[in-house]
Amino acid sequence: MSIARFWRETPRRYNLGGSKCTNCNTVYFPPRSVCPECTHHRQSIEKMVPFQLSGEGEVLSYTVVHEPAEGFEMLVPYVLALVRTTEGPVLTGQVVDIEPEGIRIGLKVRATFRKLREEGKAGVIHYGYKFAPAEEADTTPVARSPAEPAPEPREPTRARA
Amino acid sequence: MQAGIVSYGAYVPRYRISPGEIGRVWGTDGEAMGQGLNVLRKSVPSPDEDTITISTESLRTALVRGAIDPQQIGALYVGSESHPYAVKPTATVVAQAVGATPNLTAADFEFACKAGTAAIQTCLGLVGAEMIRYGVAIGTDTSQGAPGDALEYSASAGGAAFVIGREHVICRVLRTLSYTTDTPDFWRREGQKYPSHGGRFTGEPAYFRHVSEAARAIMEASGTTPKDYQHVVFHQPNGKFPQRVGKTLGFTEAQMRYGLVTPYIGNTYSGAALIGLANVLDHAGPKERILVVGYGSGAGSDAFDLETTDEIAKFDRSFGRPVQYYLDHGVALSYAVYAKFRGKIHMGGE
Ligand SMILES: [Zn+2]
Repeated sequence: MSIARFWRETPRRYNLGGSKCTNCNTVYFPPRSVCPECTHHRQSIEKMVPFQLSGEGEVLSYTVVHEPAEGFEMLVPYVLALVRTTEGPVLTGQVVDIEPEGIRIGLKVRATFRKLREEGKAGVIHYGYKFAPAEEADTTPVARSPAEPAPEPREPTRARA
Repeated sequence: MQAGIVSYGAYVPRYRISPGEIGRVWGTDGEAMGQGLNVLRKSVPSPDEDTITISTESLRTALVRGAIDPQQIGALYVGSESHPYAVKPTATVVAQAVGATPNLTAADFEFACKAGTAAIQTCLGLVGAEMIRYGVAIGTDTSQGAPGDALEYSASAGGAAFVIGREHVICRVLRTLSYTTDTPDFWRREGQKYPSHGGRFTGEPAYFRHVSEAARAIMEASGTTPKDYQHVVFHQPNGKFPQRVGKTLGFTEAQMRYGLVTPYIGNTYSGAALIGLANVLDHAGPKERILVVGYGSGAGSDAFDLETTDEIAKFDRSFGRPVQYYLDHGVALSYAVYAKFRGKIHMGGE
């Protein structure tokens, strides 16, 4: 993909910038200039406004990729998922910070900002959204060393109270 | 000084490796090395993470927590010694990714491990002078030690973002000052992948001298002693140096407890003192006094005399993860996978 094309798509790739029809409130990603939901499309003309998705959603379907796309060689095997965002649009994206055995339909995810691809060692680096398990879904406790005390519940200090 | 911290966020990548695992590969007693450094494990970034992505994650957390409109950010500075590009700013990508462009000034800061605290000082000046409404200072690194080098046991990845403003300040900055000299303790020349260091020279004349001088100077200027602080945070290239300098200055383990994070995530360089401060703010209530002393090789220390306000009781930390989460969670890697993730394997044809 050319640098120019990637750059034009920056608002979409960086910030999940879509569009919303203020006539029927349908949200689109990628953004659209007319609303196919409105029975008379002309109703939506001039009523489409930019709309930023929250990045929250859940896994609708997924696949585990073993034959990587260019630039994803270091990540194999990785999870590619269809994510239904809370605002409605379905996005395709990699789910990071999860092992293939941990992925499931219905998993709550949120958008995260990652490197997508590098144009070789000297070229430009492309960034954009991927998905990661939402807070409660990822609770992998760390392997504690024998020397380390068990975690104690940490209460807020109230030294001057 | 009316400018202060209005929000903050921290981020540490998910993967960990232990000194024992590193030592296993190099034929040294890694566990003893880890005990000597007081580093139990260090964080490792995924191959698709770098200083730009880590900075963006921590800043997004800070903006949501503080309900800050990114278009009101007037300055954004990222302090790091591992900027992905030699020429092309980290700060512009981060600004675009959080929706702060185009009406702001942005730049990358570099001063070894204290570039993030230097960015906070710059923001305090701009906000205090009412030139901007919000200033963003980020400290992030994904630093590496050469394979087998002592630094490999501690060099890790992580970052924290601080939003400086005048309204709804959760932590006031009562004073800041610095102590700076030309000291060749640690450096990396242009084009070199791994840094060089002066071995034992990195201790006394570098870290200990600068940190203690800055700490003593700020306490003298503020008319305080260690007893006046509930928390103290030092730069922490390992888990031992901050404990030693803290003890020498007269601070207790209890005062250092929340500010010391390196034993659990490794040395995040520009992120280290700032993640420690984020952990303190995660636990602090109103009217708690905090001393922060950063350190950057080359060399200099930035000191901050801070006090939380009543606003911190209302501050909503629920978005993003508390620092404690990163200290307690992670996925252990073998050295082989770690080497692959960090680009230490020669792939041929290069
Ligand atoms: Zn419509």
